Amino acid sequence: MSRARYHRRLPAALMATGLALAVAACGGEAADGGQAATATAAQLDPNADLAKQKLTISIWEDYSPEDLPQKVKAKLGTEMTRTLHATNEEIMAKLTAGADSGLDVAFVSGQYAQALNGAGLLEPIHPELIPNLANLYPEAKQLSYDKGNKYSVPYTWGTTGICYRSDLVKKPPTSWNDLLDPPAEAKKKVTMMTTERWLALPALKSLGYSVNTVNDEEIGKARELLLKAKQNLLAYDDTTFGKKLTDGQAVMVEAWDGWCPTAEKNIKFVVPKEGSDLWVDTMVILKSSKNKEAAHALINYILDPEIHGWAAANILYNVPNKAAMDQVDPKLKSSTPALQMTPADLLQGESLRDLGEDSTKYTRLATEVAAQQ
Amino acid sequence: MTVDSPTRRGRAPIAARLVLLGPGLAYLAGFLLIPLALVLSYTVFRRGRFGGVVYEATAENFTRLFDPLYLDVVLGSVRIAVITTLLALLLGYPTAYLIARLPQPWKTIALVAIVLPFWTNFLVRVYAWIVLLSGPGLVNSTLLDLGLIDEPLELLYNQGTIVTGLLYSYLPLMVLPLYAAIERLDPQLREASANLGARPMRTFVSVTLPLTMPGVLTGCLFVFVPSFGNFIIPELLGGGRSIMVGNLIRDQFLKARDWPFGATLALALLAVLLVLLFAQAWTARRYGRA
Repeated sequence: MSRARYHRRLPAALMATGLALAVAACGGEAADGGQAATATAAQLDPNADLAKQKLTISIWEDYSPEDLPQKVKAKLGTEMTRTLHATNEEIMAKLTAGADSGLDVAFVSGQYAQALNGAGLLEPIHPELIPNLANLYPEAKQLSYDKGNKYSVPYTWGTTGICYRSDLVKKPPTSWNDLLDPPAEAKKKVTMMTTERWLALPALKSLGYSVNTVNDEEIGKARELLLKAKQNLLAYDDTTFGKKLTDGQAVMVEAWDGWCPTAEKNIKFVVPKEGSDLWVDTMVILKSSKNKEAAHALINYILDPEIHGWAAANILYNVPNKAAMDQVDPKLKSSTPALQMTPADLLQGESLRDLGEDSTKYTRLATEVAAQQ
Repeated sequence: MTVDSPTRRGRAPIAARLVLLGPGLAYLAGFLLIPLALVLSYTVFRRGRFGGVVYEATAENFTRLFDPLYLDVVLGSVRIAVITTLLALLLGYPTAYLIARLPQPWKTIALVAIVLPFWTNFLVRVYAWIVLLSGPGLVNSTLLDLGLIDEPLELLYNQGTIVTGLLYSYLPLMVLPLYAAIERLDPQLREASANLGARPMRTFVSVTLPLTMPGVLTGCLFVFVPSFGNFIIPELLGGGRSIMVGNLIRDQFLKARDWPFGATLALALLAVLLVLLFAQAWTARRYGRA
């Protein structure tokens, strides 16, 4: 099972409030996104000597091959340092804290890439330096947070659905309503996610609204539904829902596709009929990077079927790279339903977009739902 | 034989004092006061759209503190922390009393046993409660096997579990100051009280309790403070079904990217705790003089 998802969405339970204060204290400069992105591309030299450049990247743990730095050194001649972040929020704090973060390439989810670009922090992608962009599915070039991959390159993608115990529910769930208003055998044996956007998702989709809605009335209706659902909930859980399912504490949980332990007997995953989201983890190049040629070369190398295929086979997430998906072991594919989803299946999901100022509406919603007894 | 000069017996020279205190003070100033001042300064500014702070003065963060939504969370946290503290006192006082009257080596063994859990990682201990209390967990399966219940009890993920977890985690912080206070108590005072005809209960209320009051207050403070600001236990043992003020602050920084409001909440928390600290110091001094 992929541990990566655990790390990336870990709601920082392990961090002390002190650390939060320290994070706050270290930041300083205003990162006002109000200003329009001044996306002026730097002049890049396609013949730059990559051995003279040094790269520092930030990525989730277990989200890239262990020996990637050595491979990059051998292939490109560039020294690469890999630092880790546990969550999108953590890397966002680092990148928006002003000054030069010292990072060249960062891995963030699509809506966060959109936010970073809005803040003018990203270097536009120079497609001529990344010939391997041709490996991407055409669908992966039209994702709504960044149409045409102007400032981000997708690395993995997937969706959210219901992960359940086929032996402990009488009827397989097909709708978000099965989660929100569970049948008798599942009452108090359901978990939902607590991270704002995914907390709201089942209710929004069940009501037929967009996952990106900022309409107060729609969010209000979703809140009512979520408060009602809370009565039948075992717990809110972003990190250990798979474990709760395997040991029988829960029989139905809201889950990301790659993190539903379908390798276990009797555990199944379904994308509800009302639809779901499409999340994408992307690679971005920082405007402050002084090694932009090497950064492009690195992204190009990652899009190589060998490296990108590693991601699919080891993280068990779909990668938006046809050549890479084609070389995944068919046996692994047949035992991992998530890997059988086609780009068309995934595109049924609605891309999560950054909501800017309106994102506070979701923060408030999450607090209201959590505070209600 | 030389007689100690007044300076040597009393105060060290300024230079020596600076050398001794300097590193500690510099560390405190650099890593506590400056970050703290920064956090406090954030409270009067606006949130940046993507995190960070926009330097436009506003009082909005403070008015938001009085939003019923956040007041409810704060009051809920106070309630949980007060219940935890009272239970810790009820359990901790007899424990400390017994330990103080144990003969050696049992006294040392008992004290080590009290401190022992601290040698294990906090998170591991909290997870152990999940293993114990979950639906298919140890407690439920034992009760089911014994035929005492037909259906697993819902022991996890409620406010009772939060209190249980907090109580378990911080009980030693109640026992230790109480032990220190009770241990210091001169046994002759109790004997004198008995000789004057007081029954044990009367002796406890009129002699032992007032004289150990500083220990009681310190213990209460030590339990209340970390319980009030805790966010791991509500999340793991409470199943995220209720939030405490610690979760609220953490979420402002790491999820909502609203540093100014997070800083304001932290300031409010700090203010409450400072008031409690002063109250404790003041009362302890009063009892100390008595």
